[in-house]
Amino acid sequence: MALTKVDMAECLFDELGLNKREARELVDHLFEELRLSLESGEPVKLSGFGNFDLRDKAERPGRNPKTGTAATISARRVVTFRPGIKLKTRVEAGARSFGK
Amino acid sequence: MTKSELIDRLAVKLGHLTHRDVELAVRSMLELMSRSLAEGERIEVRGFGSFSLRFRPSRMGRNPRTGSAVALPDKHVVHFKPGRALRERVDRGAGRLPSPDG
Repeated sequence: MALTKVDMAECLFDELGLNKREARELVDHLFEELRLSLESGEPVKLSGFGNFDLRDKAERPGRNPKTGTAATISARRVVTFRPGIKLKTRVEAGARSFGK
Repeated sequence: MTKSELIDRLAVKLGHLTHRDVELAVRSMLELMSRSLAEGERIEVRGFGSFSLRFRPSRMGRNPRTGSAVALPDKHVVHFKPGRALRERVDRGAGRLPSPDG
């Protein structure tokens, strides 16, 4: 089972006592603020969690994986995520205990 | 945008909540997301993206300072895959705005 926006809203309802509509709205707005920032070319740094950075990729030759025909992959801007040290450490410690 | 700027911007848009509530909410959400990943559970947010864990098998590494070989254990790393709406908006944004490093 994956964590979704529904679970996040539920958590705000339980932990902060926001009503369901407020909780849902806050969750939606949070992801929209992240998109707005990245869309405007501004990276996002959430200390303890990680950074969303932007990378400008030059045009490069590629292939259609289905047909195998050569095609040019156009220049584009992409988002990358780099987990912060705190998150990395927690994930590494957690992974040992859930033994995945 | 930093975490505190995110909180400020959200507080402006959600005028019916106090700044303190927004701050607590942002912290709760990031804590919940970190905890999920630490427990091996992926995160899926439509239109934003998904976070999952990728397995990295153990390997022999080197201490870059001394050059001696060290065994690096298995580990899991967080992987983020941007969702379609985020991907498209960021790329469209690139067309009309200066580059982030320029």
